[in-house]
Amino acid sequence: MRWVAAGSGRAPQIGGTLTLADHLGACLARWGINRMTFMVPPGLYAIGAPDSEAPVVVTANYKMSYDIVRRALCGRNVWLLVLETYGINVWCAAGKGTFGTGELVRRIENTGLAQVVSHRRLILPILGAAGVSAHRVKQRCGFEVAYATVRAADLPAYLDQGAATPAMRELRFNWYDRLVLVPVELVLAAKPVLPVTALVYLVARLFWSADVAAAAALALLGAVFTGIAVGPLLLPLLPGRSFAVKGALAGVVYCALLYALAGGAGWGVAATLGCFLALPAVSSFYTLNFTGCTTYTSKSGVKKEMRLGLPVMAAALGAALFIVVAGRLLV
Amino acid sequence: MKGFRYLEGVATLELDTARCIGCGRCVEVCPHQVFRVEGKKAVVVDRDACMECGACALNCPPAALKVDAGVGCASGMIHEWLREKKLPGFSGGGCCG
Ligand code: SF4
Ligand code: SF4
Repeated sequence: MRWVAAGSGRAPQIGGTLTLADHLGACLARWGINRMTFMVPPGLYAIGAPDSEAPVVVTANYKMSYDIVRRALCGRNVWLLVLETYGINVWCAAGKGTFGTGELVRRIENTGLAQVVSHRRLILPILGAAGVSAHRVKQRCGFEVAYATVRAADLPAYLDQGAATPAMRELRFNWYDRLVLVPVELVLAAKPVLPVTALVYLVARLFWSADVAAAAALALLGAVFTGIAVGPLLLPLLPGRSFAVKGALAGVVYCALLYALAGGAGWGVAATLGCFLALPAVSSFYTLNFTGCTTYTSKSGVKKEMRLGLPVMAAALGAALFIVVAGRLLV
Repeated sequence: MKGFRYLEGVATLELDTARCIGCGRCVEVCPHQVFRVEGKKAVVVDRDACMECGACALNCPPAALKVDAGVGCASGMIHEWLREKKLPGFSGGGCCG
């Protein structure tokens, strides 16, 4: 570890190139593995050889955020102030308040930043603004907060121009942004879904046959996958604005494919009806749940969808259960 | 956001124009370009794009902005409801890791 003089103390100097270990760790973290230990110690770091005039960039101690920032700033002389967000990215930490006014002021005091730099200007990511109050920071420690860009990749251009272009301030949500969110959602869903699937399998096994049980369990897992992965990925292609409706439509398409490819003609009326009622409801729920991962859905909107959607989903599941049980008893 | 629009007419954003000093902070922090400053006052130009992140209200020096901020996340809300009703829920889920 190399050190750079920082005021009366020193700060570790960090490089801008990512190693294989950095990339591998990022990959695992995407799947929710080692996510909580995937953090860097908070504090002041030096990129290059910054002096007392060098800009100060603030980020979270989620290692992926930190890595993206230090790679973007490679080859420059910048101070990097890393806040303690408990390994959570800037956007989520701002929502939880850990990337917040209190932590920022505390970290400025702890690192003695006022002695390290002669200016009083901090550069924060725009998505951190949901947790930080610029005028309160100024009041409490004299530092001026500038919200720079949404993406760290635009930081060099921002530093060169001293201002952000409209494009740098605009949040986007492309296919890749959505794709990287899917793995951890799958892992999170596994916990409630696997026991339920096992239960469905056992019940179907008890009252029908092993084949039926396996088919029912797989169909259910498919519906969950449709809701978590297919719905979000096809988001702009699915009609409507409501996530619940988008998810339900993806589920209906999934059912139709299942019907066409898995010998639907031989299912019988009860199973077919049950399938078309229950599976879209499951997909709908999981696509609605994806609103927690997006950056354009509002709390009020999700509340409205849940108020209208959850009863419909529950009714569909109930009806499916009733039909399947009735079908069994009558035949 | 380009290509993505969420439900209309639900955002709880409120601007008190009388208090606004036209500093432009809201324009700087809003990632969805909801505001513009016209003639020394902020105006809401695209309310339906608001995702209720709360950044504008938190950073408005004279507190001219109000919004019921929070993360719109279904499983998080269900857990909150269950907690309020004191019902045990299946744990896990939650938003934002
Ligand atoms: S941040 Fe507040 S005072 Fe400043 S322009 Fe926006 S509404 Fe007006
Ligand atoms: S709450 Fe967030 S999205 Fe809504 S107007 Fe304010 S800054 Fe923009």
